Amino acid sequence: MADLRCTIGGVESVNPFWLASAPPTDKYINVKRAFEAGWGGAVWKTLGNDPPVVNATSRYGVHRDQARGIVGINNIELISDRPLDQNLREIEQLRREYPDRVIIGSLMAPIEEQAWKGLAAKILNTGVQGLELNLGCPHGMCERGMGSAVGQVPEMVEQTTRWVKEVAGNVPVFTKLTPNITDIVVPAEAARKGGADGVALINTVNSIVSVDLDSMAPRPTVDGRGTHGGYCGTAVKPIALNMVQAIARDPETAPLAISAIGGIMTWRDAAEFIALGAQGVQVCTAAMLYGFRIVDDMIAGLANFMEERQYRSIEDFRGRALRNTVDWNDLNLNFDLKAFIHQDMCIECGRCHIACEDGAHQAIRIGAAPGGHRTFTVDNSECVGCNLCLHVCPVEGCIEMKPVANGLPSVSWPNHPLNPLRNGGA
Amino acid sequence: MGFRPHPSTGEGLTPRQIEDNFTDLTPALNATQAHVEAARCLYCYDAPCIKACPTAIDIPTFIHQIRTENLKGSAHTILSANIMGGTCGRACPTEILCEEACVLNARGEEPVKIGALQRHAVEALMAKDGTHPFSRAAASGKTFGVIGAGPAGLSFAHRAAMLGHDVVVYEAKPKPGGLNEYGLAAYKMANDFARREVEFLLGIGGIRIEYGKALGKGVALAELRKRHDAVFIGAGIGATNALGIPGEELRHVRDALDFIEELRQAKDKSAVKIGRDVVVIGGGNTAIDAAVQAKRLGAANVTLVYRRGEENMSATEWERDLARTNGVVIRTKAKPVRFDTGSATFEQTDSKQFTLPADMVLKAIGQKLDAVAFGALKIEGSKIAVDPNFQSSIPGVFAGGDCVTSGVDLTVQAVQDGKLAAIAADKFVRGG
Repeated sequence: MADLRCTIGGVESVNPFWLASAPPTDKYINVKRAFEAGWGGAVWKTLGNDPPVVNATSRYGVHRDQARGIVGINNIELISDRPLDQNLREIEQLRREYPDRVIIGSLMAPIEEQAWKGLAAKILNTGVQGLELNLGCPHGMCERGMGSAVGQVPEMVEQTTRWVKEVAGNVPVFTKLTPNITDIVVPAEAARKGGADGVALINTVNSIVSVDLDSMAPRPTVDGRGTHGGYCGTAVKPIALNMVQAIARDPETAPLAISAIGGIMTWRDAAEFIALGAQGVQVCTAAMLYGFRIVDDMIAGLANFMEERQYRSIEDFRGRALRNTVDWNDLNLNFDLKAFIHQDMCIECGRCHIACEDGAHQAIRIGAAPGGHRTFTVDNSECVGCNLCLHVCPVEGCIEMKPVANGLPSVSWPNHPLNPLRNGGA
Repeated sequence: MGFRPHPSTGEGLTPRQIEDNFTDLTPALNATQAHVEAARCLYCYDAPCIKACPTAIDIPTFIHQIRTENLKGSAHTILSANIMGGTCGRACPTEILCEEACVLNARGEEPVKIGALQRHAVEALMAKDGTHPFSRAAASGKTFGVIGAGPAGLSFAHRAAMLGHDVVVYEAKPKPGGLNEYGLAAYKMANDFARREVEFLLGIGGIRIEYGKALGKGVALAELRKRHDAVFIGAGIGATNALGIPGEELRHVRDALDFIEELRQAKDKSAVKIGRDVVVIGGGNTAIDAAVQAKRLGAANVTLVYRRGEENMSATEWERDLARTNGVVIRTKAKPVRFDTGSATFEQTDSKQFTLPADMVLKAIGQKLDAVAFGALKIEGSKIAVDPNFQSSIPGVFAGGDCVTSGVDLTVQAVQDGKLAAIAADKFVRGG
């Protein structure tokens, strides 16, 4: 089996799968069960200074697909609502019982040096292998000047990171970033300036997941009213992937370790984040929906993938997709594709036709075939190779995008003949 | 559901078992099941299932509306094309219509359960508050006469009422619904659905039904033509064919349709007399309905005998499977030659004869038009001759359903005939 051991921001882990700071990591029994199930590490549910916060009921709303599957969860839960001491004792115990597993202490405090430093010191005493600064929580805590209220101000990101780094000694510090900003590279740079060993991203996305049209209140509803919450689950994965590549590709932030979070449900999701430069991943929603057992397939699936591709370690393929992730201006505009419909596989649903007709370039023609059957064929003179038909087709492999052998050299927009500003023009 | 022997005699069934046997054959979908099933629909463009439906219901749209939880809109989509969408959702042989055309078959999957989804949407609307979803156009001052309150006649009446006309329906039987009420298997129309559907349909207003009246029985065609601005004949085909063989007159030899009618109308199904050894003759869905219901009433042996090969039976494969899983023995390529008290004798296509014990014989060999009552009306190939607008040889007299040759002999076709005939009759009386 491929070797899944890895080092994430200086923290050694038996595999790249950690549980993110969230309800699955909020007490001894959960984390013990997670370690027994095979998780490499757990970022403990965020700790604050006493007195503990008080949570509201209910706490979760969901966004569903058509078959009642859940594509996203919105939560309005706050940080740990149990006494700090109790949490610290449990972390200590687990560190003793599972020395080969990682526990990262997540913390959040008001913008005061001693609040951060004092809390960090207490957590460090439990023997955690790292700290994660929660500068991302987008609901509730931000109204008290914490969480994303800090994470949205680069100077505060830098300051809190520096404070914690000053007491952390050689224990790695991860700054957890909020996606609720314009450019993720800016707070990542601030974290680096503050001395962070790595960044963890993304925290949840500001959201209202749905509105209850009977009570006319957003969900989840608390006594007839609701509030915006943090969105997570498979629906946010595309947002997270983009933010991870942006940090990995920027020379200023590239040296930071990345602990990737955001809609990671499967080994394949994890492999994609690693291919864009992440050293490890954190999972929450998948465990909340299906339980800790899902790590079995994450481990086996990633190992099988690595063996098939002959990657001996995570480092062997980490960041491999970054070289092919470029700015739009670096794309070859002479590359051309045409859709091709394999008639023997077509089930005649007509979805490609109507999608192309109303939503794209009117390139798919309907023809009549014997026995009342219909044929769908692509008019190459109209097809722009956009992929829409490929995506709506319900039969895998029925529509193929074939490259056009036009013999033209690669040309990007800066050098394109139709670009009025090419060759350094005004 | 299995067939358990009666505890005292070792044969037959207890009343409770019989009651169980006549509940819904296919239970209704609950909300979650409907949602998940609707999600399987690919929402095809210009979908094959629409073309396979004799009433051309916009199936992808009504399923999409179930998906968006617009059940009222979904029912409206169905009922605007087929006012008896409720019965059709329950009783249509979807396996040879919309569901056979479903593109998921081509992907190697089960088709979308279109019939079950249709039933779900229609019953949700009927259960909601009972308000009728359609309204009537301004009163035309015209009256239409309709012969027969079966699917064709009621479909005609509903559409004509919608178009602003007043309608009088003349019905021979004491209840409306035609074969929906009297002729379909009980387990397909459980919970008195035929009656509830007619009640719902009449919610449009402007339709009056006069019972105990039929052509030659209280009303005559010429008189009706004078009384009304247009007439629609949806009288079905009442007369059962005869075999013309010895013993056909014996008391234990009955029409399958009479048997089904007795069963459908019985308050207590366990009071319906059933033989120990039942022989059903025929190869259509009525033969299957009779055979399966005989078994479910507690007959020890039910044999369905058909004169040609199984591939020639008009009963669908689904129906034949239903018969077999209910313990009905199907024998083919044999025709009856003689009935005696307690037995039925058949001759195979290879001329060999065999005799089956039979204390009950049910004939389901088709019906024919009782042409006498139609007087001067032109008959063609044993059906009333109509033009593409369902108008007969007498101007202003329209006809549809089983008494004309249109498409398949099914409720869904009768509904379509009635609907189209009403639109044509509307044009006729408005001089369009």
